[in-house]
Amino acid sequence: MLLRHTKDEVMEREALTINPAKTCQPIGAMYAALGIHGCLPHSHGSQGCCSYHRSTLTRHYKEPVMAATSSFTEGASVFGGQANLVTAIDNIFTVYEPDIIAVHSTCLSETIGDDLQQIATKAKDDGKVPEGKYVIYAPTPSFVGSHVTGYGNMVQAMAEQFAVSTGETLDQVNIAAGWMEPSDMREIKRIAKEMEVTVRMFPDTSDVLDAPQTGKHVFYPKGGITIPELKSTGDSKFTVALGCFSGEPGGVALEKKCKVPFQTEDLPIGLRATDRFLMTLSKAAGVKIPQSITDERGRLLDVMTDMEQYFSGKKVALFGDPDHLIPLTEFLVDLNMKPVHIVSGTPGKRFEQRMKAILEDTVPEANVKNGPQADMFLLHQWIKNEPVDLLIGNTYGKYIARDEDIPFVRFGFPIVDRIGHSYFPSVGYMGGLRLVEKILGVLMDRQDRDAPEESFELVM
Amino acid sequence: MEKIEILEGRQRQVFEKQEGQGALDMACETTSLSGSVSQRACVFCGSRVVLYPVADALHIVHGPIGCAAYTWDIRGAVSSGPELHRMSFSTDLKEMDVIYGGEKKLYKSLIELIDQYQPKAAFIYSTCIIGLIGDDIDAVCKKVAQEKGIPVLPVHSEGFKGTKKDGYKAACDALMKVVGTGSTEGIGKYSINILGEFNLAGEAWIIKRYYEEMGIEVVATMTGDGRVDDIRRSHGASLNIVQCSGSMVKLAKEMESKYGIPYLRVSYFGIEDMSKALYDVAKHFSDRPEIMDAAKALVKREVSSLYPELQKFRKELEGKKAAIYVGGAFKAFSLIKALGSVGMSVVLAGSQTGNKDDYEGLREMCDEGTVIVDDSNPVELSKFVLEKEADLLIGGVKERPIAYKLGIGFCDHNHERKIPLAGFEGMYNFIKEVYNSVMSPVWQFAPRKGGLS
Repeated sequence: MLLRHTKDEVMEREALTINPAKTCQPIGAMYAALGIHGCLPHSHGSQGCCSYHRSTLTRHYKEPVMAATSSFTEGASVFGGQANLVTAIDNIFTVYEPDIIAVHSTCLSETIGDDLQQIATKAKDDGKVPEGKYVIYAPTPSFVGSHVTGYGNMVQAMAEQFAVSTGETLDQVNIAAGWMEPSDMREIKRIAKEMEVTVRMFPDTSDVLDAPQTGKHVFYPKGGITIPELKSTGDSKFTVALGCFSGEPGGVALEKKCKVPFQTEDLPIGLRATDRFLMTLSKAAGVKIPQSITDERGRLLDVMTDMEQYFSGKKVALFGDPDHLIPLTEFLVDLNMKPVHIVSGTPGKRFEQRMKAILEDTVPEANVKNGPQADMFLLHQWIKNEPVDLLIGNTYGKYIARDEDIPFVRFGFPIVDRIGHSYFPSVGYMGGLRLVEKILGVLMDRQDRDAPEESFELVM
Repeated sequence: MEKIEILEGRQRQVFEKQEGQGALDMACETTSLSGSVSQRACVFCGSRVVLYPVADALHIVHGPIGCAAYTWDIRGAVSSGPELHRMSFSTDLKEMDVIYGGEKKLYKSLIELIDQYQPKAAFIYSTCIIGLIGDDIDAVCKKVAQEKGIPVLPVHSEGFKGTKKDGYKAACDALMKVVGTGSTEGIGKYSINILGEFNLAGEAWIIKRYYEEMGIEVVATMTGDGRVDDIRRSHGASLNIVQCSGSMVKLAKEMESKYGIPYLRVSYFGIEDMSKALYDVAKHFSDRPEIMDAAKALVKREVSSLYPELQKFRKELEGKKAAIYVGGAFKAFSLIKALGSVGMSVVLAGSQTGNKDDYEGLREMCDEGTVIVDDSNPVELSKFVLEKEADLLIGGVKERPIAYKLGIGFCDHNHERKIPLAGFEGMYNFIKEVYNSVMSPVWQFAPRKGGLS
C-alpha cells in the first residue's frame, strides 16, 4: 500500500502540507492564456516553472503546450528581471510571431519585486511590441492562493486590458468562463447557439487543447477568443461570470472598466446549477429557453429518477477546486448522496459559506476544509475514520482509491492517467448525464465485483 | 517548405554535419535565451530527479506549493521496499513567510515529519525564493540533525542558479555528505556501486542482477531503489560505475579523490554498450578471470537469444529514420548505436544538457546531414523532423504530442517509460516499442508530414 504511512489518527499540523490538493498560481494563468487565439503564454521566472506547467498541461491534455520563459539567471535575481522580460518580448515577437504575449509572474519575480505593468510599458516604449500586437500581464505570486487564483487573475487581466467601451451596446452576452475543460467551453457555446444567443466567452480553450490531428504542429491552433471579440466585451449588454473563484474576476473587471453589468453563477455542473445558468443567460439575452434544451433537462432528470435507488445514501469523499466542488456537491445532494468529506487546497471564505448552505440541512456532519493543510493526507485520514462508497477528484485520488479500495470517478485537474475530460463535457444537462453515467458505472462495477454468486444480478 | 527561422542567438547551438567540417564550436552549457520555448527545466528539477529514488528518506520541498506539486510521484523510480519518496511534502510558503522568512515553518515541518515517519535521512530542497528571503536552511538542517540523530541534508537547488546540471551537482553534494558515514565491514574486494541509475521501471534490478551473476557485489545503487544505509557505506566499494551523462560523474570524482575509488562511465542501452559495461568491469577485476568468463557467458547467452528477435524487427525497420532529443547527450550515443543495430539512421540528435565533448562525439558518430542541437525548442524540432523526414521521435513528455501531431511514431526514453529499456531485455523492449509505434496502422489515417504552420 503506497500510502501505508498514513495513520487514521488525524495529525495536527502547523506548518506542513502533505500530498497537496492544489498547485501554484502560474499554471492557472498559463492555461487561461491559451484560451486567447494566437496567444503565447509567458512565464516570467526560472526555466523550471514554465517546463513544469507545460509538462502538467501536456499530461492532462495529451497536446503540445507552447509557452515561453524569461529564463531567470542569478543576475536577473539580483538586478531585477526587466532586461530578461524586454529581451524575451522582443525575441518572441520576432521568432514565434504570436498576436499576444500573456505574461504571468512567479514567486521569484514577485519576490524580487518586478513590476509587470511597468516592464510591459517599457517594452512598448522601446518599440519591442510590433503594431497590432499586444502584451498583457497578470501578477501570479505562487505564495498566494492556488492555481485557481492564477486562472482568475489572468481572466481579470484579459477583461481589464482588452475590453473597450465604445458607447454602443451590442446584442451579445459575455461569459467570463471559470476553469473548465475545452469540452465544457464547447458545450457552453453549443447551448448558447441552441438558444440563439451571441456569446463572447473568455477564455475559450476549445479548438486549442483538443486540436485534431492534421499532420502539422500548429503553434497557434484555430480556437481561442480573438482580439476583436475580446475588445468587444466592453460593449456587451451583460456578463455571466461562471465560478466565484475563477470566473468572477472577469465579470468584476468588465463592470468596473466598461460598466457592463454582471452576475456570477456556479459552473453549470448538475441539474440545479445548469438551471440557474440558463435562467440567467436567457434573462440577460432576452430569449426563451428552447424546447431542445428543456428536453435535455428532461433526459437528465429521467435518469436521475430511474436510477435514484442506486445513489440513495451513498457516502462520497471529494476533493479539488472550489468552483467545481460547490455545484458538484449540490448535485450529489440532489441525487440523495451523502458528501461526507470535502477538501480543497484553495483558500477562500466563500467556499465555506456555500458548502455550509448546501450541507447544513442535508449532511450536517460533513467534514469540509479548504486552504492551508486541506490536503490529500487529511482527506485520507478522514476516510480512514469514516469510510466512503465513492471518491471523486483528480488523478491524485488514485492512491487513496487503491489503498482503501474505493470506487473512483476522475473529475477536475489534473487528470493524467485517463482521457475523455477534454472531449466529453461535464457541464450542462448533457454533462450532468455524463457525470451520472460515470458515477453509476463505478458503483455498479463494484456491486458486480463484490456480489456473492447467488446475488450476482443480470438486470440492474 | 516554409523556412523556419532559428532564434537569433541560437545559431551556435544548431549544426548540420557536413563534409570537411572541423570540430563543432557548440555554444552549450549556457542558460536558455529569454523568450525561448525551451524544453529544459531548472536546477531544482535536476536535484529532485537525482535524489527522488532514495526511498527511505524524507524529501521536503521548501518553498511555495508548486515545486512540490509538480514533482509528486512523476518518475517511475521503483522501490522494492519503503515508498516514502512517493509522498509529496512541502512547507507551502505563504506571503507572510516570504516577508518574515520560512525557517520556523521548515523546522516545524521537519520535526513533525521525522516524528511521524522515522526516515533514515531527510533532504531539504530549496526553491527559487529561499535564498532571496534569507532563510538559512543549513542552520535549520544542522539543528534538526542534532535533535533527531539522522542526516538532514540541505540541497541548494534554487531554480535560477544555473541549469539542470547544476541541480545534479547540488544533489551530489548532498549525497557526498552521506557517503562515508557507515561501516564498510564485510564488503569484499570485488564490489561496485552503481551510480546514475534510477531504477525506472526496475532497470537497476536488471543491471544489478547482471553484475551479481558475474560474481560482483553491489554495495549501493545511487539512487535507484536507493537506501540511506547503503549510501552511507558505499565508500567501501572498489569501483564506481557511472551511467547517465552528467548527473553523477561529480559524485564519482569526489569519491575518487576522497576515498581513492576509481570510476568507469558506462551506458546500459543497446547490445554494444551494455556488453561493454559488463566487460569493462570484468577488466577492472582482471586478477579474477572468472569474472570475465562469467561476463562472456552472460553476454553470449543474452545476445544469442536477443539477436534473432532483433533481426525480425530489422526487416521492417531498416532504413527508417529517427530523431532523438533527450536530457543527457550520453544517452544519445547509446540510442544511435541501438537504432543502428536494426538498420535505423539518426537524422537529428540533440540534448538539453550536453557539453562540447558530447556534441563532438555525436558529430563523429552521425552520418552527414544529421542535425545536432543543444537546448532545442518545439519549432526547431518540428522543422527538422519534417525536413529530414523522420519516422520516429525519441524524447520526453513535452515532445510526445508534437511527434503525434506531425504523424510520426514516438518512444519515451525519459521518466515516463513504462517498461525497462536498459539491459539486453530492455533492448528487446526498446526495439519492440519503436517497431510498434513506427509500424502502427494508425499512421495511414494521419495526414503525415503535412508541413508546419
